[in-house]
Amino acid sequence: MSETTKNTAIKVLVFSTEKISDPAIDLAGLLKLHYPPTVYVIPLPCSSAVKPKWILRAFEKGYDGVFIAADGTDCSFSESCVEKTSDIIAQTHILMKEKGISPAKLKMAAICSVCAEPFVKHMNNFVEELTRNKIN
Amino acid sequence: MKKKIGVYICHCGANIADHIDVEKVRESIASDEVVFLSRTTMFACSDSSQKDMVDDIKKQELDAIVVASCSPKLHLQTFRNVAVRGGLNKYNYVQVNIREQGSWAHSDTPAAATEKAIQLVKAGIARVIESQELTPLKIEAHNKVAIIGAGVSGLRAAVELADMGTHVDLIEREHFIGGRVSQWGQLFVSEKNGEEIVKKLYETVIDHPMITLYTGTELIARSGSVGNYNLQLKITPRFVTQECKIGAFDKAIEICPVSVDDEFNFSLNKRKAIYKNYESEFPHIAAIDMLNCTKCGKCLEVCNSINLNQEILIENITVGSILLSTGFDPYEPSENEFSYKTIDTVITLQQFKRLVELSPNKLIYRDKEIKTIGFIYCVGSLQIKGDNKYCSRYCCTSAIHTAIQIHRKYNIKSYHMNRGIRTYGKQELLYTESSKNGDVYVEFDPKKEPIISKNGKQTIIKVVDLLTAKEELDIPVDLVVLVTGMVPRKDNSIADILKVPIGRDKFFNEIHPKLRPVETVIDGVLIAGACQSPKNITESLKSSLAAASKANSLISKGEIELEPTLAVIHIAQCDWCGKCADACPFGAILKTSIDGKEVAMVNNANCKGCGMCLPVCPTDAIDLIGYTNREIESMIDALID
Repeated sequence: MSETTKNTAIKVLVFSTEKISDPAIDLAGLLKLHYPPTVYVIPLPCSSAVKPKWILRAFEKGYDGVFIAADGTDCSFSESCVEKTSDIIAQTHILMKEKGISPAKLKMAAICSVCAEPFVKHMNNFVEELTRNKIN
Repeated sequence: MKKKIGVYICHCGANIADHIDVEKVRESIASDEVVFLSRTTMFACSDSSQKDMVDDIKKQELDAIVVASCSPKLHLQTFRNVAVRGGLNKYNYVQVNIREQGSWAHSDTPAAATEKAIQLVKAGIARVIESQELTPLKIEAHNKVAIIGAGVSGLRAAVELADMGTHVDLIEREHFIGGRVSQWGQLFVSEKNGEEIVKKLYETVIDHPMITLYTGTELIARSGSVGNYNLQLKITPRFVTQECKIGAFDKAIEICPVSVDDEFNFSLNKRKAIYKNYESEFPHIAAIDMLNCTKCGKCLEVCNSINLNQEILIENITVGSILLSTGFDPYEPSENEFSYKTIDTVITLQQFKRLVELSPNKLIYRDKEIKTIGFIYCVGSLQIKGDNKYCSRYCCTSAIHTAIQIHRKYNIKSYHMNRGIRTYGKQELLYTESSKNGDVYVEFDPKKEPIISKNGKQTIIKVVDLLTAKEELDIPVDLVVLVTGMVPRKDNSIADILKVPIGRDKFFNEIHPKLRPVETVIDGVLIAGACQSPKNITESLKSSLAAASKANSLISKGEIELEPTLAVIHIAQCDWCGKCADACPFGAILKTSIDGKEVAMVNNANCKGCGMCLPVCPTDAIDLIGYTNREIESMIDALID
């Protein structure tokens, strides 16, 4: 990557989960499924543990998008995970609007432990969408 | 804060170094003021590299280390142990994944992969700077394993665990144990038959004081975690209280008016609602198939050991670990696949093996004596159009072994339409013997499969022989046997209950096929046998012994170390509102009073470290150890720096 590309490439921060979605992201690598190299992953125990302030910080620091690779119904901690992660997204969307950040820059999808292809698809689509919006 | 950090960047042979400029990554972080030393290494996990790291930690008095290599799922413990051997706390180590999420994911863009690796390593350094010396949590572990599935894998694992001093609850869904192997006759290499293998294992299991066998029993719910799983079992009665006197049992079967397809013999014959699959089956007590029983009561008139009023029982057990050995289903060809179910002389290998077992002198199928057989290989395996891309491994051997048996038993000649024979290892002897018997092997192109048709009463296999100048052959046979492979169990509801990952092949998925081949990502849940992937008996038993050893080593000490990932309350910031307590699924957050101020308190015994309490706190008064604001925010910053 040239320095110019590095500075202009769309950067996405992914919050994954150690037991569910991170194995899927690893599997994507194992299968040599490609997604943009400016997608960075921080694993957490559960997607319901993401603090809105972390997401806002990511935008402040210059990430173009944040993606929550959620446990979904596979969460081994609680069935309420889906609802709780959705609440985090909804709450953060409000905070983003207050700061003039487009809610479209924050996305969530359930990524199961073998959802390598869906993850890659999400990343490619998200980066494409962010690129389109950035150009526009 | 850590200020004297060692950073190691792994080549992983060519796995990383082919796509990432490892030396450039090292140079990029070497000048960081907290990085005391930085090295590249060919294989960080090798003994020599580990020893070098230990020496570095000791000699250079490092206060933390970072290894950039593969996924932490493979080598987190390896390098934590390195840290410990060097005298560090194991939580002053951070692993950075530059292989699965670096070189492999971005092998198409090496320069960008290198840039990403640099950012990932910087984030790892940022995280390790904030790392704390922690003590793992220790929880009580029940020295008991629930083995789900009493086929040969489950039976063998049960014996092994019990011999090592671990209690076993062996849970079988069917009323009889032995699984698929009990359906098989003579086996290669030992020449023993399946019933004998099952009998030997059953007798050991039933006499072992450490093993409790449940038949007709399903796992229906699970709670808890490694060391302390609570399982709810549904026990379906067999409606026969003890072994009937032989005469009475025979009479009960005879008098039963119900006639249903016999699944044990793959519908080759019928059975009654009261049944045993074969005479010496285990347990020796017959069972009544209540789905088909009409409760007419006729059996009660001749057998006093039958009680049609037995009820389903629900039983709760607590175990430290769960070993899944639920086996496989044979592939069922779709209608018209190789004329299956449309031409009446086409059957599957599994049906054929039962037919051979049930035919002592002559091989009769549909009232016709069979003298010539055509085997068609790889049906349901190595599919070009279907989902089953894998080789089922056992079917070539099984088909050829069966061909040898029918040659010996009935002097039958067979034709083998194959896609390349895979009788690996000792099994190659079978191929040699079959060839010497005069069996004919015809290799076909998978894109041009054999076509089965009927000319009057004669079944014809039309096949293009790849090895004889692509000559088209019409082979007349009496019976076509589709060599069907293994597929995952149709009813895999247990995967939902235990949340065990399923692989692309739909079998249960291990963490790593070589390094952690019997563990799943669910702590304490192990897999063995053909529920993981197609395996022959030898391979299944090897994996069940490995899983048994792993389970025993995990729980036999009576306690398990867990990650010290606990929620902590910053009292000064907390103005009790109760939202964290509401969010906690484990009831781990309580209200307490400190110096007259109502605040939240974490009950460490109940906290599972999920972090669900973090985002709901309006004053940001909660951190999760290992994922604190400082750690996460420093990583967010470093990744984009």
